[in-house]
Formats: sequence, C-alpha cells, structure tokens
Amino acid sequence: MANPYTLNQYSWWKYLLIGLVMLWGLIFALPNLFGEDPAVQISGARVNIAIDSAFQTRIAGLLDAEQLPHKRVELEEGRLLIRFPDPEGQLKAADILRDRLGRDYIVALNLASSTPGFLRAIGLNPMYLGLDLRGGVHFLMQVDMDATVKQIEESYVEEIRTQLRSEKILYNTVGRASGGGVQVEFKEEAERDKAAAMLRKNLSNLKMDEPGPLSLRLTLGEPEIKEKRDFALQQNITTLRNRVNELGVAEPIIQQQGSDRIVVQLPGVQDTARAKEILGATATLEFRLADEENDWNQAASTSRIPLNSRLYKDREGRPVLLQKRVMLTGDSIVDASSGLEQQSGSPAVYVTLDGKGAKRMEDATKDNIGKRMGVVFIENKTETRRVDGEVKKTAFTIEEVINVATIRDRLGRRFQITGLDSTREARDLALLLRAGALASPIEIIEERTVGPSAGKENIAQGFRAAALSLLVIAVFMTLRYKTFGLIATAALAANVVLIIAALSLLQATLTLPGIAGIVLTMGMAVDANVLIYERIREELRNGNSPQAAIHAGFDRAFDTILDSNLTTLIAAIMLFGFGTGPIKGFAVTLSIGILTSMFTAVTGSRALVNLIYGGRKLSKLTV
Amino acid sequence: MWQFSLYNTNIDFLRWRKLAIGWSIAVLLIAFGSLLIRGMNLGLDFTGGTVIEVRHPESVEIPRVRETLAKAGFGDAQVQHFGTSREVLIRIPPRGDQSNAATLSNDVLHALQGAEGGAGATLARAEFVGPQVGQELVEQGGLAMLGALAGILIYIMFRFEWRLAVGAIAATVHDVIFTIGWFSLFHLEFDLTVLAAVLAVIGYSVNDTVVVMDRIRENFRKRRKGSALEIMNQSINETLARTIMTSLVTLLSVIVLYFLGGAVMHGFSIALIVGIVVGTYSSIYIASATALYLGISREDLLPRAKEAVDERP
Repeated sequence: MANPYTLNQYSWWKYLLIGLVMLWGLIFALPNLFGEDPAVQISGARVNIAIDSAFQTRIAGLLDAEQLPHKRVELEEGRLLIRFPDPEGQLKAADILRDRLGRDYIVALNLASSTPGFLRAIGLNPMYLGLDLRGGVHFLMQVDMDATVKQIEESYVEEIRTQLRSEKILYNTVGRASGGGVQVEFKEEAERDKAAAMLRKNLSNLKMDEPGPLSLRLTLGEPEIKEKRDFALQQNITTLRNRVNELGVAEPIIQQQGSDRIVVQLPGVQDTARAKEILGATATLEFRLADEENDWNQAASTSRIPLNSRLYKDREGRPVLLQKRVMLTGDSIVDASSGLEQQSGSPAVYVTLDGKGAKRMEDATKDNIGKRMGVVFIENKTETRRVDGEVKKTAFTIEEVINVATIRDRLGRRFQITGLDSTREARDLALLLRAGALASPIEIIEERTVGPSAGKENIAQGFRAAALSLLVIAVFMTLRYKTFGLIATAALAANVVLIIAALSLLQATLTLPGIAGIVLTMGMAVDANVLIYERIREELRNGNSPQAAIHAGFDRAFDTILDSNLTTLIAAIMLFGFGTGPIKGFAVTLSIGILTSMFTAVTGSRALVNLIYGGRKLSKLTV
Repeated sequence: MWQFSLYNTNIDFLRWRKLAIGWSIAVLLIAFGSLLIRGMNLGLDFTGGTVIEVRHPESVEIPRVRETLAKAGFGDAQVQHFGTSREVLIRIPPRGDQSNAATLSNDVLHALQGAEGGAGATLARAEFVGPQVGQELVEQGGLAMLGALAGILIYIMFRFEWRLAVGAIAATVHDVIFTIGWFSLFHLEFDLTVLAAVLAVIGYSVNDTVVVMDRIRENFRKRRKGSALEIMNQSINETLARTIMTSLVTLLSVIVLYFLGGAVMHGFSIALIVGIVVGTYSSIYIASATALYLGISREDLLPRAKEAVDERP
C-alpha cells in the first residue's frame, strides 16, 4: 500500500487551476447579481434625428414636469435610456413619451441590466433571459414559397409574351403550366422552332422541353428556384427587421429557421395586436416624374402646392415635389440589386422590370431625358394607441421618397440608379425597392406571448425551486455522509455557479425549462459524489486504510461516472438538436450541467477532500 | 435513519425476475391498451390551436367566463382554472382560417375585459400553434427519442457488450412506455415540456442502468467463480445503497420542482417523478434480467487482449 503521506495530495498547480476556474466562474456569474430595471429606451426614427445631451436634458425636464419618478436618464450610443423604479411608472412614462415625441422618435420598453458599467465594459453580461422569463412575444412566420415561385413564373409569362411579340413570332397562348413552369402554344411548328431558338438565347437560365409538337415548356432550374426562395426569405427578413426597428423593441431577434421560416422575438412587447399590425404592413412603390417647374422648398414652406403635383418628404425630411401622375408602380419590378457601376466604380442599384413595365417606362422616359424621377415608398399601416385609457385604432399611410435621380437615357427593361452616396445607401435602396415590389406572402404559424408579470413570477418560482432543491440535497447528503456530504454540497453550489457563468459567457438563453434543467442536474450531479462515497465506504469495509479507501473510491468510481454522464449527454444533445425555444433551453442547461458537474463533483470535491484529509495519518474515517 | 445499512445486503433480486418481467409486461400491455383506447391527451404544441391564460384581479367563475366567450363567438372554447381561482386557462381548438387564428388571443382578451368584473384582466400567456407546426413537432419528437436511444445503444455496445446494451435499451424503452402510458391512463396533458422530461427520463434511466452494469462488468472480471446470476445479484446488492440514495435525491429535487415550479412545470415534474421511480426499478430488474436471458457469461465481459493493459491491479 502506498505511503499515506503522499496519497490524496494534489500538487499546488492543481489547486491553483481549480481556484482559477472557480474565480473565473464567480466573475462571469457576478453580473447576474444586479438584476434589471424597468426602462424606456428612446431612439430616433431616422438617422438625422439627434439624441444628444440637449435632448437628454429636455426629456429629464419633461419627466419632472409630469412628475414621473425615475432613477436615471442615460445617454448611450445614440439612444436614451430612462430607468424606472417600477414597471407601472415605466408603462405610464412610455405612454406619455410616445404621445409627446410623436413619430420622429421610437419609444421602446426595455429591461435594462443594472450591471455596473465597468463590468459591462470588460464584456461581462448577465444571462440572456428567454421570453418566458422576461415577457414578450415570439412569432414563427412562414414564407409562402409556392406563391413566390408562382410570382416568378408569372413575371416570366409576361416577359416571354413581350419577347415573342417584339420578334414578331406568332403564338396561341402563353401561361403557367399546371405542373409548374411556363407553357407556350403555337399554331405552326416553324414558329415554335424560331421561338425556341430565340428563348434559348435570351432566357438561357430556363430549362426548355417540348411537351407536344406545337408547344414549348420553360421551367426554372433547381438552383434558380433555390436562389429565388433564399432571396424571398432574406427579403422578408430585411423587411421585418426594418419594421421591428420602428416598433421600438429593445433587443429583437429576427432569424431564419429552416428553409422557409423566420423567427421573430420581441422581448417586452405585450401588445401583440400592435406588433402584428406593424409586422404585417404592406408596402408598395410608385415611380413619379419630378415637378421641375416649381421650387420644392418654397412649396413646402408656403404649403402652396401646384395643381398637378404632390408634396412628399424624403428620408431626411426634405421636401420633394413630384407629379401627380404615376409613371409606374412597384408590381412591375422583377428584381433590384445593388452593385458598383462599371465605368465610375460608384455605387449603383440595378432594377429589372417586367415586359409591361418596361414598355411603360420607355414611353414615360423617352421624352423626359435630363429630368428627374422620384421613387415613393408607401406603407399601409394600422396603429393602435392608447389615448386617455381608450384604445384607438387608426389606419394611416406613410409615403416617403426613397430616391430622386436624373433620367440620363431612355429607360427600358433594365436600368440603373446611380449618384448614391455609399454602397450602404445602394444596398438599402435595393432592399426597399424589393420590399415594395415583390414581397412574398407570409403567415404567422406560431405565437407565444408571456406577460411581464407572468415572466417575473416564472423567474421567482424557478429560483425558489432551485434554492430549495439545493437545500434539500444539502441536508440529505450531510445526514448521510457528514463532512463528505458538506463537501458534496460545496461542489454542488460550485456547479450552479459554473452553470450560470457558462450561460452568461455563451449568452445562451435561460428559460423556465432551463431552470428545471438546472434543478434536475443538481440531483444528477450529486450522483457522482454518491458513487464515490459509497465506493469509499466499500473500500473501508474491505479493510483498506482510510487514505487508500479515499484514493480508490475516487479512482474506481470515475469510469462509472464518465459512462453514466456521457449517456445522459447523448440524450441531452438529441434534445438540443430537435428542440425549439424553451426546450432548447432545457437541453442547454442539462448539457452544461453535466459537463460542469464532472469537474466540480470529481475534481472539485477531490480537492476539498485532499485539503481536509490528505497527507495526514487517519486512523478512522466517517463517510 | 440516514445511516440505513445497505452493506452486505444479500437480496436475491433476480429470483423474482420472472415475476418482475411478468408484471412489467402486464403494465406495458395496460399502457399500450390505454394508448390505443384512450389515446394521448396531446397538448397545444402537438395539436395546434390557441391557449390563453388570463389573470383577473378577483376570483372568477368558469361558467361566466364561458358565457362571455360564447357571446364573443368562442363557443368552442374550453375554460378551466389554472393555479388559482383568479386565473383561467382558455383553449380554443384549431380553426380553418389561419390568419384569424393568430389574432385570437387579442380578441379573447378584449372580450373578457369588456365583460362585467373583467376590467382588470391581463394576459399572462398566449400561445398559438399552427397545425403544420404541431405535426412537425410530433415527428421531430419521435425522431429525437429514437435518436437518443440509438446513440445510447451504440455507446453501450462500444463500451460494454451487446447483451448489456440490449438490456439497457429494453429497460429504457420500458420506462418511456410506462411514463407515456401513465400520461395516457390518467389523461394528463402531454406537451413539449413533458416530451423534454421523457427524454431526460431516457438519460436518467440509462445513467442508472450503466452504474449497475459497470459493477457487473467489474465483478465478472474480478471474481473467478460464481454463476452469472450470482454475480449479477451481487452487483445489484453492492450498488443498492447508491441506487437508493441517488434516486431519492433526484426524486426530491423534482418533487420540489412540482410544488414550487408553478403550474407550467407540473406535467414536466410528473413525467420525471414517474420516470425516476420506474427507472430505478427497471435498472435492477429489466436491464439485468434481459442480459441474463440473452445468455450473458463471464467470457463476454473479460477484457480483450489489448485492453488487458488498462486493467487496474
């Protein structure tokens, strides 16, 4: 048997390592101690609206005048954060501020972490709470991809018709085929062959086959369908992001899920009706010629608007005078993409129109070269506001000029818009053009809303359950294993700290089932200690010396601990792979808990046992 | 009482293996029968539809809520108290029209707020799940369960031996069917969190089984004499103290969760409580007895030549 004075001793670096890990855990878990303040966040609805210290003073004055008790008004990164002592004050203030500030500002409810700035400055943040714990809305939206493909095919129908006409090829019908694709019927075979040659050249991206002697069928290739579907999804995500921004939500999540779904999470939003209204707004585009005869600024300042014109504002709020007659609407746009213009290398937006649109565009531009043309973005919305406690719904339209450009040439099927300030502006314009043109229909297929008080209650209940579990386990373990039971309890507490630290570090979402996962992990983590201690008892009964029994207990139980933990981890990973939302949270805490418990229950408790018992001569050991 | 002496116990567990297996088969038949006849009380996550939890400042009567809802066009709503008498849970079955379904929660809340005594009603929780999502979750849930079982089977086959692996899987499947059968028999709602709990039961049950199997392997290698039955019995006895201690501790923490975790966690905790109890039983009886019936012997568990190096003295 080995020398009892060398058994069960860790070298200094092992203690140091364990100490460092625990220190790391405590530091990362630290931000969670500070809690959160109900807050209102104010940001500008447009880029040029300044949120500065003057605004800060104005808001602080306004709050004082309205006698709204608040903790602090903070200015950070172009937004204003007002902290309140309670949610009631927050809600009341938000209503009043929304009313006073109007549409130029976005007023959002938020839960602001009270973590001191110096901790946040070094990247330490509290755990990210799931919607079931903080309250808010979760939407799962599905993009109607069949409709998307249908839209694309319809634009091709139009396109093919125009091309056949311009080449003077005689055809009977052009239409969408029942099995997908576009089918063209001809009167004569010769005409069909001419058409086939022409379409093969002009629309080389389409696959062509001949279902009958007098017909041609053109179908979209798989890669193109995939590309269009991705495009439709991205476009919807962009549109949703823009709308969520104006909804004023503190930390929204808008993400792709699967091939045709979008997850939208809006923490703190309770009025789902309003959220749906804004997310579901429809947008259209109009191309109008500019009014070149009158002074725009003068028209705006005198509000004397010429008979055939309409006054608009651009995104910076400057007046724009456009003709009443609409040149073209967004329906005609097939595609809009941003890029760099080849000659000058300056940012540009490339717009593709369908056949009809191209014709109208040509007619409208050929006599207006050198004049300006404006693009108006129109959003139809309904808004619900609380006015004196009454819920009022108003429908309104926002019209905004997103671009004014000079017509340099006769514009046809494809044209470009240049003179943009940056590639970012080009990208934004392309996105807006697409958003107003061919938005694919989306529908909400899942909604989960948790009220803020229910969220608070969930946290409280989860916290109480976890705390009591820890206490019950501590009592149980100490009654059975005495000092060793206390060591196991210490290891368990360390495990909880490490789980919280890991969740904070990964910024993984903590949900109510996630808390349940922590509670369950606590039960399963002590299993390692139970295995070790029972093994030590066995070794003692077999006549081993206390030191040797401790050594063998830890050593022999390890294989079993590893096996049993790994099998549980397999189940947890499967759960993570399939789970959604809250369930994923359960899988995350379970997996992290299994991994950290291997460290705390084996290495951590071993270190404590070594510190207490190691290197001493023990005649008797109570386990 | 905590120093329950479980050393040197020599209970002939496997003597009752026939009885135990007979009992398990009978219980599983009941579970299957219930699943066939009564079916599952599937929650919103799987069926689709809308669930709305509304809080009132004062306690409310269910019939009045029902009446209010019927007037507002929700005659098909199921209403029950949830947690306390001030809270009501309203379920509305899936409707044909999707776009309207998504706004149901607002309409219901407005209807309740408009009713007498409902002015202070607030929305605690609203969930809407479209039918296509529910169908997918059923499929994915089944897949996750099968995936977990397959992964564990492979791991145990790799680490131990196929007879023990089959025994472990038999025990785990037994626990899963038992737990699901329990939910069917008592008509408890089976939702996503319960499914998560069932997957945790898989993890827990295997965990428990693996501990016993580890000891069986160790004893087969260590002891040169004794029949397979004797060694298995001995292994179960040796790990008995641990089995009971761990099960009790885990069970206690889950019971705490049942009482303190709130009504949302009830199904979850019940699944785990049932799963832990049967998991403990099955790792003693089902896993070992299955391996025994499959004819496990010492030779099957002796270390292969290359592993002999790792053998501890």
